[in-house]
Amino acid sequence: MDIKIRADKFNFFYNETMALKNISMNIFKNTVVGIIGPSGCGKSTFLRSINRMNDVIFGARHEGDILIDGENIYDKDIDVVGIRRRIGMVFQKSNPFPKSIFDNVAYGLKINGIKDRSYIAQKVEKSLQDAALWNEVKDRLSKSAFDLSGGQQQRLCIARALAVEPEVLLMDEPASALDPTATLKIEELIHELKSKYSIIIVTHNMQQAARISDYTAFFMMGELLEYDITSKVFTKPSKKITEDYITGRFG
Amino acid sequence: MINYAINNLVLPKKINFINSRITDKVSHFLFFLNGMIVIGVLVGIFILLVFSAIPAFKEIKILEFLFGLEWNPTSYVEEKFGIVPMLVSTFMVTLGSLCIAVPIGIGTAAYLSDVANGRTREFVKPIVEMLAAIPSVVIGFLGIVLVGPFIAKIFNVPNGLNAVNGSILLAVMALPTIISISEDALISVPKAYEQASLALGATKWQTVIQVKVPAALSGIIAACMLGMGRAIGETMTVLMATGCAPAMPKSFLGPVSTLTSTIAIELGEVAYNTKHYYALFAIGLVLFFITFLINLVSEIVLHKYEQVHR
Repeated sequence: MDIKIRADKFNFFYNETMALKNISMNIFKNTVVGIIGPSGCGKSTFLRSINRMNDVIFGARHEGDILIDGENIYDKDIDVVGIRRRIGMVFQKSNPFPKSIFDNVAYGLKINGIKDRSYIAQKVEKSLQDAALWNEVKDRLSKSAFDLSGGQQQRLCIARALAVEPEVLLMDEPASALDPTATLKIEELIHELKSKYSIIIVTHNMQQAARISDYTAFFMMGELLEYDITSKVFTKPSKKITEDYITGRFG
Repeated sequence: MINYAINNLVLPKKINFINSRITDKVSHFLFFLNGMIVIGVLVGIFILLVFSAIPAFKEIKILEFLFGLEWNPTSYVEEKFGIVPMLVSTFMVTLGSLCIAVPIGIGTAAYLSDVANGRTREFVKPIVEMLAAIPSVVIGFLGIVLVGPFIAKIFNVPNGLNAVNGSILLAVMALPTIISISEDALISVPKAYEQASLALGATKWQTVIQVKVPAALSGIIAACMLGMGRAIGETMTVLMATGCAPAMPKSFLGPVSTLTSTIAIELGEVAYNTKHYYALFAIGLVLFFITFLINLVSEIVLHKYEQVHR
């Protein structure tokens, strides 16, 4: 399988605190990678390192490399904005803009200089369909995004991320604030999106990780302790501590 | 024993409850009184203005007053009480100051909230706010000795006491309000919007213009409206810097006399209870309506905006 993202001896610091220690892992094309681990283990930090969203944090610095398609995203000459365009992100708490549903999805296109209205309209429809939201909102595209329910808002954020045609989708506990029905919808969605994107999803929910991911990575104290095919991690983990965490003995 | 303990627990609670009800009522009344005082003052001013202005309209036709093109209340030939020159002057000076202050103000606010690092912001913001502490008479003075000659030189006019001068000075006076309130509005935009925008591949600049400013628009509009209120109501600065010719203004480079400066200059010299005296109160009433209208419009704009965006 083709490697999409490769972390190579990646260390990350917040001031003097070491948040990620020597992370090396390969993420393949068209797979879903679930990242699990106790709170504060560095899951989100790793996720945000992949699209360089940690850059804005004061006192953050890194060592080592993360490569996407063999290209080092921490290269001095690289265009951070371009990297973020290629790597979409869905946040833990749904964060639609205070704009209409249509404008939320169209935003990414507009900032990338697309002006063709009919193209934008098509793309918005397509993205909302891909995010399984079109049928629920097609009659009220000009209404405020805040009129939607929590689950709908999160799917709107996914549609917004899909509109710019990213290659990778990062999801930081996308369903943690949602009810079971909405969670199920998001999970089905992730399953469908897999054919087009590489997806990395951070989750606190073991069952969710087992259900949706092809590979599972177990982070603890900033270290990657285990990374393998999901079925193997959940049935025959190579480390005792992984088993303890998965079976709920701590964390 | 247990009963005793329970009684002991309950009793003081009851007394406290009654006490707190009394303090509640007293404080409720006091706050109500405060609110009433404010409303009372407002209504009082309005009534005073109306009753002082009414006599003017016994002798001056309202239409002539509102649409007359000449203000010459002390003429020996024929007294004229048309306020259009002053309305136009006020409009020119206010518009001019907003044209200068709004772009600079919002730009500075965006710089402070999104570009400047913490230390620069902590240094610059108090300085900007200190600008508001400069007395208007000092700013007017600077207008006469500094801005005036400068304008005269640049535009090659005999003197620099004109609408442009007034606009520049009023812009300086409106800036602290516009910057400070706009910056507060921008800072309080949830970080999540910014993150979402950046994660979509927006530049910092795009994020500020297309996400943060629209999200903070209600605060920014309020800031500009407050700045505008300041510009319309300001008296001393325009009185000193605009030349105060009560004739119809011909251009931004000619002298103008605003509603406020006309009242300020003439009320000191006018004979008590004359037509002229009442006419000045009528101008005050017009000024009152203008500012009232601005506040009303901005409230409506804000309300509409909030309904759409919440």
